[in-house]
Amino acid sequence: MTHYNWVALKTIWRKEITRFTRIWVQTLVPPAITMTLYFVIFGSLIGSRIGEMGGFSYMEFIVPGLIMMSVITNSYANVSSSFFSSKFQRNIEELIVSPVSTWVIIAGYVGGGLSRAVLTGIIVTAISLLFVDISLHSLPVIIVTLILTSTLFSLAGLINAVFAKTFDDISIIPTFVLTPMTYLGGVFYSLSLLPEFWQWVSKINPIVYMVSGFRFGFLGQSDFTVMTSLLVLVIFNLVFSAIAWRLISTGTGIRS
Amino acid sequence: MHALSIKGLKKTYKGGTQALKGIDLTVQAGDFFALLGPNGAGKSTTIGIISSLVNKSEGQVEVFGHSIDTELEAAKACIGLVPQEFNFNQFETLLQIVCNQAGFYGVPRPLALQRAEKYLKQLDLWEKRNQPARTLSGGMKRRLMIARALMHEPKMLILDEPTAGVDIEIRRAMWGFLKEINQQGITIILTTHYLEEAEMLCRNIAIIDKGVIVENTSIKGLLSQLNMETFILDLPGCSADPKLEGFIYRMPDVHTLEVDIPRDNSLNKLFQQLTDKGIEIMSMRNKANRLEELFVNLVENGRKAQQQEAK
Repeated sequence: MTHYNWVALKTIWRKEITRFTRIWVQTLVPPAITMTLYFVIFGSLIGSRIGEMGGFSYMEFIVPGLIMMSVITNSYANVSSSFFSSKFQRNIEELIVSPVSTWVIIAGYVGGGLSRAVLTGIIVTAISLLFVDISLHSLPVIIVTLILTSTLFSLAGLINAVFAKTFDDISIIPTFVLTPMTYLGGVFYSLSLLPEFWQWVSKINPIVYMVSGFRFGFLGQSDFTVMTSLLVLVIFNLVFSAIAWRLISTGTGIRS
Repeated sequence: MHALSIKGLKKTYKGGTQALKGIDLTVQAGDFFALLGPNGAGKSTTIGIISSLVNKSEGQVEVFGHSIDTELEAAKACIGLVPQEFNFNQFETLLQIVCNQAGFYGVPRPLALQRAEKYLKQLDLWEKRNQPARTLSGGMKRRLMIARALMHEPKMLILDEPTAGVDIEIRRAMWGFLKEINQQGITIILTTHYLEEAEMLCRNIAIIDKGVIVENTSIKGLLSQLNMETFILDLPGCSADPKLEGFIYRMPDVHTLEVDIPRDNSLNKLFQQLTDKGIEIMSMRNKANRLEELFVNLVENGRKAQQQEAK
């Protein structure tokens, strides 16, 4: 990477981190509150009546899924809202007129989404420690799954923002696609509880592989092998990167 | 060397609007160049294509010898753009805005901070450096965009109507600053609606209308096309038409005389006749909009020529 592209990447990254930390009440506090409620209601109150799932207490079982849920939501929201705001205020033109390469623009925004996702993940993990002792089966699997998932949903947020024309357009996908996929992605239950047909349907949902891989990192137990989860994540990342590169390099939704 | 070379540039937008119909333009390095034209003439489209904000349909653009088709990054590095609309993040501070822009061009942070101090001080914005940009007045926002465009020390500065909506005092201060940086060697291309601004600042000028260049000459050359000058004389002692012989004149009121005088004619005859009639001349000035009249004529002639060509 050339020197100026490296400086530009650091600049976009710093700008993105400054943005979400400046509005921390809107970006970092809500996941903390939401996840605390999930831990209290689903973990402590209802979970105590459910008993064990997959050989672990219900609270232990849902912690990896809930962390993954905040990671997905925050990485997506960070990039989609930041990139769309830049389009809306037209300050995306600052980047378009400069000699920054397409990959640097993508990496800068994804880096911002990744940073917020990791920070949120740490906050939610810290909160979960107030409710349950988390076991740690494989830290490398946790880190790799976390990075690949954050990158994937940051790319998805970027693609959404490129096509968005109004602020409504960046909330439609999270509300009508992302939330149902996450809830049906095995956060609250093991896929083995489902009838065979619905197990098969669930396998179409990429989020089940992410939750499964992440859960393996914590508990050593999962619905799929770690390699399957990582392979799915890598393939989706490659496809979404190619789409994002094509859109940004042609100036879709930005240049007339 | 050419700072900018445009050949056969065409742009047709998706809706079918043909904004540029094949323009040719060259700007010499170090020039102070004005691009004039009525609203919708194609000025902003031209600037948009040069600075990569608009995709061209046809033609070639080179910036200091770098083609935007094959050496886009090198071409972009030569340009500093001050757009017509405010396009910075309103929630960021002035220092963040200018330093980020420098970073996008690969200027390391410590150097960016030094330059930020230099340009924000020169443009009288240093005191506001830690304030969010949304708290600035319109004139300050315009100056912020100039400071931002200079952060990577470009060879060419493009300003799209930089003084629109700016009061006269700030406008004159901006003119002074632009003249100074042009003298330091930065090529400046300016679009403006204020013809006085073009006359005060620029050496060369192109007039564009309906996507076609209708005139491309020096300011001196343009002004020499004015074969008639209009003078306004203030005559407080005058109470009726002075009945001047050999002059075309009007009297907006009994104390004011507006006289059209061919450029090669002496003013002595006019003064002589007024003195003979015992009329005292208190003051005299040029009518300010002479360049505007010429501009309107050129645009109208260009349109007529296009219509005839179409027939």
